Formats: sequence, C-alpha cells, structure tokens
Amino acid sequence: MKTIKSLKLAIAAIAGICITLSASAQDNTLLGAGSTFVYPLFSKIFAEYGKTHDVKVNYQSIGSGGGILQLTNKTVDFGGSDAPLNADQAKKIGVPVLHIPMASGAVVVTYNIPGVTTALNLTGKDIADIYLGKLTNWNSPQIAGTNKGVKLPDLPIVVVHRSEGSGTSYIFTDFLTKVNPDWASKVGKASAVNWPAGLGGKGSEGVAGLVKQTPGAIGYVELIYALQNKMLYAHIQNKSGKFITPSLASTTLASNVELPANAEVSLTNTDNPAGYPISSFTWALIYKEQKYNDRSAAKAKMVLELLWYNIHEGQKNCEPLNYAPLSKSAVKVAEKILKSATYDGKPIL
Amino acid sequence: MDARIGIRNTKSMLFKGLIVFLAFVITLPLIIVLLYIIKQGVMQVNWHFLTHVPAPEGEKGGGIANALVGSVIIVGQSSVLAIPIGILAGIYLSENPGTKLAYYTGLCVDVLQGVPSIVVGIVVYFWLVKPLGFSAASGSIALTIMMLPIVIRATEHTLLLLPPSLKEAALSLGVPYHRVILKVIVPCGFAGILSGIILSIARIIGETAPLLFTALGNNYLSFAVTKPMESLPHIIFTYATSPYDDQHDLAWGASFILLMFVLFLNIVTKLITRKWNIQL
Amino acid sequence: MSMSPSDTSNKKKPKKDTVANATVDGTIAGKEQMTLMKNKRLDLSYVQMKWETVFRRILIVMSVIMLIVVAGILATLIVQSWPSIKSLGIGYLWGKVWDPVNNVYGAFPFLIGTLLTSFTALIISVPFSYAISIYLGEYNTKGWLSNLLKNTIELIAAVPSIIYGFWALFVLVPIVRSFEMKIGVAPYGVGVCSASLVLAVMIIPYAASLGTSLIRMVPSPLKEGAYALGATRFEVIRSVILPYTRSGLFAGILLSLGRALGETMAVTVLIGNTSAIANSFKEVFFGPGNTMASVIANEFAEADHPVYLSALIELGLVLFFVTVIINLIGKRIITRYTHH
Repeated sequence: MKTIKSLKLAIAAIAGICITLSASAQDNTLLGAGSTFVYPLFSKIFAEYGKTHDVKVNYQSIGSGGGILQLTNKTVDFGGSDAPLNADQAKKIGVPVLHIPMASGAVVVTYNIPGVTTALNLTGKDIADIYLGKLTNWNSPQIAGTNKGVKLPDLPIVVVHRSEGSGTSYIFTDFLTKVNPDWASKVGKASAVNWPAGLGGKGSEGVAGLVKQTPGAIGYVELIYALQNKMLYAHIQNKSGKFITPSLASTTLASNVELPANAEVSLTNTDNPAGYPISSFTWALIYKEQKYNDRSAAKAKMVLELLWYNIHEGQKNCEPLNYAPLSKSAVKVAEKILKSATYDGKPIL
Repeated sequence: MDARIGIRNTKSMLFKGLIVFLAFVITLPLIIVLLYIIKQGVMQVNWHFLTHVPAPEGEKGGGIANALVGSVIIVGQSSVLAIPIGILAGIYLSENPGTKLAYYTGLCVDVLQGVPSIVVGIVVYFWLVKPLGFSAASGSIALTIMMLPIVIRATEHTLLLLPPSLKEAALSLGVPYHRVILKVIVPCGFAGILSGIILSIARIIGETAPLLFTALGNNYLSFAVTKPMESLPHIIFTYATSPYDDQHDLAWGASFILLMFVLFLNIVTKLITRKWNIQL
Repeated sequence: MSMSPSDTSNKKKPKKDTVANATVDGTIAGKEQMTLMKNKRLDLSYVQMKWETVFRRILIVMSVIMLIVVAGILATLIVQSWPSIKSLGIGYLWGKVWDPVNNVYGAFPFLIGTLLTSFTALIISVPFSYAISIYLGEYNTKGWLSNLLKNTIELIAAVPSIIYGFWALFVLVPIVRSFEMKIGVAPYGVGVCSASLVLAVMIIPYAASLGTSLIRMVPSPLKEGAYALGATRFEVIRSVILPYTRSGLFAGILLSLGRALGETMAVTVLIGNTSAIANSFKEVFFGPGNTMASVIANEFAEADHPVYLSALIELGLVLFFVTVIINLIGKRIITRYTHH
C-alpha cells in the first residue's frame, strides 16, 4: 500500500517537474544544423553572442547535406552549408533560399606518415590518383617526383574520406573535378560521392581522428582541425604551378573575388597565383520568406539579427580560428542579401 | 579396463580444464574493460564537470551538465509514459491468458523487443520530428517504445507467479475487481514489477540510436521538452569521434557517469530480486 | 458486467428524488433515512461497478496500444520505403553499388557487412559463452566464486553499447591495427574485424547468462542416473546436458544473433563506413565496411533525394523483418523449453 502510494507520488512529482520545466522555458533558442566545416567558428561566435544577447544558438554539426535536408523539412531555423543548393535540392525546397556567406576557409590534405615531419608537395593529379585508388603506396615515384629530399616509407596509403554528405567533400571533389579529367569522368563533384577507395569518417572530427590514429592515412579536413590537432598538411599545386601552403593569407587571396548578387560562387582552383586552390565560402541558409510553420515575427528577427552579427562583429573570431574573414565587398553583398529577407512579405531588417 | 577408465577420467579432467580456462580467459578481459573505462572516467569527474556545459570546440574545460540534465528529463518522461501503460498492459496479459487480444498483444511485445533501436529512431522521426521538429519529447517517445516490452513482460511474469488463491480470496470477500488488482495483486508483485521497471530504465538510459534523429543534441543546458536536448549517450557518441583530446576526456567522464548509473540500477535490481526471491 | 453511462444516470435519478423527499418531509425521517442509507450503499456499488468496467476497459486499451504501436511502426516503414520498393524492385537486395550521387542503390554491401560482422561475432562468442554457461550451470553452481562470476557477467551485459564502441575505438582498434600491420594488410584498424570483436564482447555476457539458467534447469535425476551408470562428468555433459539443452542453447544463439544484427552505435563507430565492396576476402574482413544499421545512422539525416531516403528506410524494413523473425523463433523455442 505504502509503496504503491510512494510510487504514485514519485510519478506525479516527475510529471509535475516536467510540466513546470517546459512551461518555464522561454523561447529564446535558435536551432541550426549542417556544415562541420564551419562548426568551430560557429560554436565560438555563438558562445560570444550568448554572452551579450539573451539568445541561445544550438548548432549541431551533422554535415552540410543534413543541414540542407533539415532546412527543407523545416526542422531547423537555419542551415549551414559549404556547397550552394544544387538544382535538385532547390527544386525540392520550392521556395527561394538565401545564401549568406559567413567566412571562407581552406580544406587541407592531411596525412600521417611515420618518419615524415615536413610538408609534402602534392599536385591535383597526385591527390586524384590516391583517391581513385591508383596510387596505393607512399613510396610511389609519382609522389617522390615533387618531393625531392623527403624519405617516403614503403607503407600502404589508407584513404580517409567523409562518410556522410558534406560540404568539405563538395569543395574537395569540386577541386579534383576541375583539375583532373579522370576524376571528373569517374566520380564528379557532390557533397556525397561514390568513393572508389578508402574508409569514411563521420564529420571533420571523424576524419581528423582517423588520420591521426592510422599510420599511412591521408584525409582532407578544414584547416582549423589540422592545426588544432597538430597534424601535417600538404602544400597543394595551384593553377599557376606553385605549391601553396594553406593559410589565412593564401585563403584570403583566393576568396578575394567579385561576388555575384546571390553570393553563390566557387573559389576552388583560383586564378590568383598565390591563392590556395582548395578554398571555399561557407554559407548560412535561410528561407527568404521567414513566415512558415507559424513562426513568430520575433523568431524571424532573432535569426536575422544573429546572422547580421555573424557578418559584422562575429568576423573578429575568424582569424584566431584560421578562417578568412569576409572582404568589405563581400560584407556589402551579404548585407544586401539579409535585407532581402521578408516576413509575410515585409522586410525584416 | 583400468586403462579405459583412466582415459575417460583424463578426458573429463581435460574438458573441465578447457571450460574453466575459456570461462575465465574471457571474463578477465571483460572486467579489465570495465576497470579501464572507470579509470579513464573517474579522473574527469569533479564538481565543475557536473555543473558546466561543454566549452566551445578547441577550448579547455567545460562539463556535461546539459547531457546529465537531458538524460534525466528524457528518461523521466519515458518512464512516466511507459510505467503505467506497461503495468496495465502486463496486468491484462496475466489476467486474460488465452484470449485473442492477449495473444496478439504478447506477439507485439515480442516483436517490439526485437526491433533494432535505430529503426525505432527513424520511425519516430516520421511520426513526430518531421511534423513538429526535433524535440526531447520525441526522444522520450522513442525510448518509451524501447521500454514498454520490458515493463510489460516483468509485470506479466511476476503476476503469473502469484498464487491464484490470493485473488480468489479477495474477490470472495466482495472486493471489486479493480481494487483486487490494484490493492492486492499489484502490491504483492510489487518487487518484481519494480525490478522490471528499474531494469528497463537501465536498458534505455544508454540507448543512443533512437535519440540521434529525435532529441538531436544541444550545446546548452535546456529544460524545454519541445526543443532539442543533449543526452549522455549522445554526447559520448559525438565526442568519441572528435579529434580533440579535451572532448575525449569529456566523453570518458560521461561514460563513467553513465556506466555508474547503469551498474547502480542493476545492482539495485539484484538486491530487490534477491530479497523477494524473484526469478525474472 | 458492462454498463453503459445511460444506465448509471438512470439509477442515479431515484436517489435524487429520495434526497428531495427527505428534506421536504422530515417527519418520517426514520424510515426515509433507512432507504437513503440503503440507496447510498447501492449507489456506492454502482460507482464501484462503473469503476470496474472502466478499469477493464483501460486494461484493454493499454494492450491495444501495443498493437497500434507495432502496426504503426510497420505501416510507417512500408509507406516510407514504398518509393524505393516501387522504383528499385527486388533487385535492390543484391545490387552491388550504393551511389547516392547517381541515384543507384543496392543493399548488397550492407547485407554482406551485417551478416559478416554478426556471424563472425557469433562464431567467436559461442565457445566462450558455452564455457561460461557450462561452468556456472554445472561445474560451479554455488559458492562465492560462482556468484561473483555470475553477477559480474550480468553487470557486463548491461553496459551500454556506445561505451563499448568508445572503448574499442581507443583500445581495441590500435591493437587490431598493429596486428594488421604484421600480417601485411592496409592498417585501417577500424573495419569489419574490429566491429565483430566488439559485437562478440557484447553478446558473450548475454548468451552466457541465458545459457547458465537453461543448463541449471536440467532435472538432476537425469544427471544422477547417468552418474550412477558410471559416466564421467564430461560424458554427462556431452550425452545428457547438451542434448537436453540443445534447443534452448540454439535459441540463445538465435537471440544473440538478433542482437548483433540490430546493434547500431558500437558498429557505427567502428565499422569504417564504406559502401564499396573490396575484392578479396582478406580486404573485406580487415577493411572498412558498413552494416544496414550503421548506414542508416550515418546517412539518414542527410538523404535529400526521395528515393535515397526511402532506400535507407527499406534497409530498416529488411532489418526489422530479419531481427523480429529471428527473435520470435528464439523466444518461441525458449518458451517451449522452459515449459516442458
């Protein structure tokens, strides 16, 4: 009898707590999901933003493909992607989606070869051949040709790529498609391709983790992941034939282009002789018309204000994390895009 | 003759040796696994760890308060749903054996017990997340589905063990049926039902797959059940695959807390079943 | 037993009348009060009966909820995977290429991955789980060592799978990797081999505790009879205990297999996530792969093409049927075993 009563009481208490808790929670949270490429930058900016504003931004790095899909399903307030919507995706969403550039960054080719402590020089063809499964050992003469003086061991190459749809993969395959016809015909560019070789890591974290753990591994991640994990990364040959070290400066040079009004532009294989060839903008994606699924006007304003902050004050967090900040002209374009967002047909900002 | 006995005895001894060897050679590593996790985790746990949310990526410090609170809320809600439904359905099964409904319900319970957790996750995604968005509540529904069969079976088996004379005596005194069940039968089988409930909580608190596409995750401490929420198994999954050592440390700490939770609940179940001498 | 709401309201009316009478005409209080009390008691029992009906109905509703949940799961899976069933047909199951970019979907790599990991885990686990079952069920059934071992095994069985996955990623994978370097295959570390080992670790405690209780159920007269005929311990185990428990232990293996097939998180962390099938068995076994559960966990959140999404759900549907059928068969055998 007593035990039953106490059980009843306990259940009632739990139910009560749940109800009061959910009632007391205010709606000052925003949900974003997508690109893992931009995750370190976003988590820093949003933490800063939370200190001065009464808004909590929950950003989950589930991959750019996931970000676009969840935006399509309207389960998130904004998506993060390193690849603009492709025709299929745009058709599925059906309504205009705004691409707001947030920063640009470099995708680096990182590796773990015991005994090699210097940066390798790799050409687009080397990388394509490795990822196509044609080059399978580090001691291949093709790699040795551009790396005089580096003693490459007899070690099988372990290819690591992203397991899920990812903007980082898009940037990487976009570059390979532009520089290697073999790659273009066999694999192509997309956020998730049918990888001819290797194993998949989940998220940039997963790829960096696998490369770090596996002797002989090669992978591609955002520069910040390689730096924070003290991993080696290769110098990549650009269009002018120079081997470029991925850095803030070389990324900025590559990103210094005239932006079209919709900001959807590819930066890979840049013409700039000192620009790093595997770099890209990363975008936040929102619906142009913010009134959907009975969202309040206040919520729409919250999203817009957050993104406004990102392209202005938030930009100061870019350099410490090795993202290239937006150029002045890019900020102007981004401002214009943000101002075009509407709520019930009326501009928000 | 003697020689054959000798061979047979040696064979028997050898077999025993093999069995003992195999049994212990596998148990020892399993214990070492547990000790390793405890060793790695216990160093991380302190007050700061329990009361802070994770720091932004690449920064030092932070804790798992959001996951701790999230797990308690999500599992709490699942229990609120699953315990009453499970007990009542279990009562039905034990009270009406042989009816068509009982047969099909029993079948469904067995089916649910076999459904892989990831499948529950994607189904709940279509039921709740697609129309309403990611939320802790949808995660709770997914876990409720995992929890129900265990509670139902525990209730049913416990009640079937009670002597029928108990019910008959109460009924013959003119006590109405529902009071007989609620005030006589259930209290008598209370220990068994309770241990079933605890066991089911221990089982679902470590489930990750149903939460991946429902509760999602949250970097902040959140109490809103209609919003995404972090949970212990999810934070372990996210941070286990990350390249940052700080985040591995957080994941070890979270594993330790989760492991202690599960072991504690299991030990409580053992004590209950031993005290009341129940076979689950 | 059953009583509709209108019945109860009818029965209530007379009571109200009596109450009115009693208050209006207080002089015949004695007799009236008697009827009033009688009616009250009658009324109380009506309430009780109403409650009884409600209670029975609630019980039925709760059981029906279970039917609805299972039917709902099945319906959702079928409806959502319909586009893929329609456009890909049965060839989906043995299509060797999984290429979301070109909209080619074949489940064969995942079927192979799932079967390979599960059966490898099963083969590794059987000797150990049988040994533990026989040790605890026959050689050492009582005493502190037996209790300690039994309780430890049961506690180990309760450890969440994600923790096993996490542990394996940092402890087991480097060991597997150094082994792979020795035998000269690409040192991936993660892959089918690591995933199978962890699955084995996860199902040993489960199968062992099930097996122990089955072996302990063997009636002692059977064993005593054999001993009386001069059989050695080994002979008793071989010719009495194992034949007697054969079906039960087989069911135990089936249930473990069901667990291994549906296991998601530990495998997702360890399998390596590659949808391509390697050429030689050595490469398949030591290289990365994917299981049905892990590919759903990895790609579900981002499958943006309708056929892609529904191909993933069809994997879930296949997984659902396979695990549920294996589980049901196992359960049935166990029930029959424990009843005779």
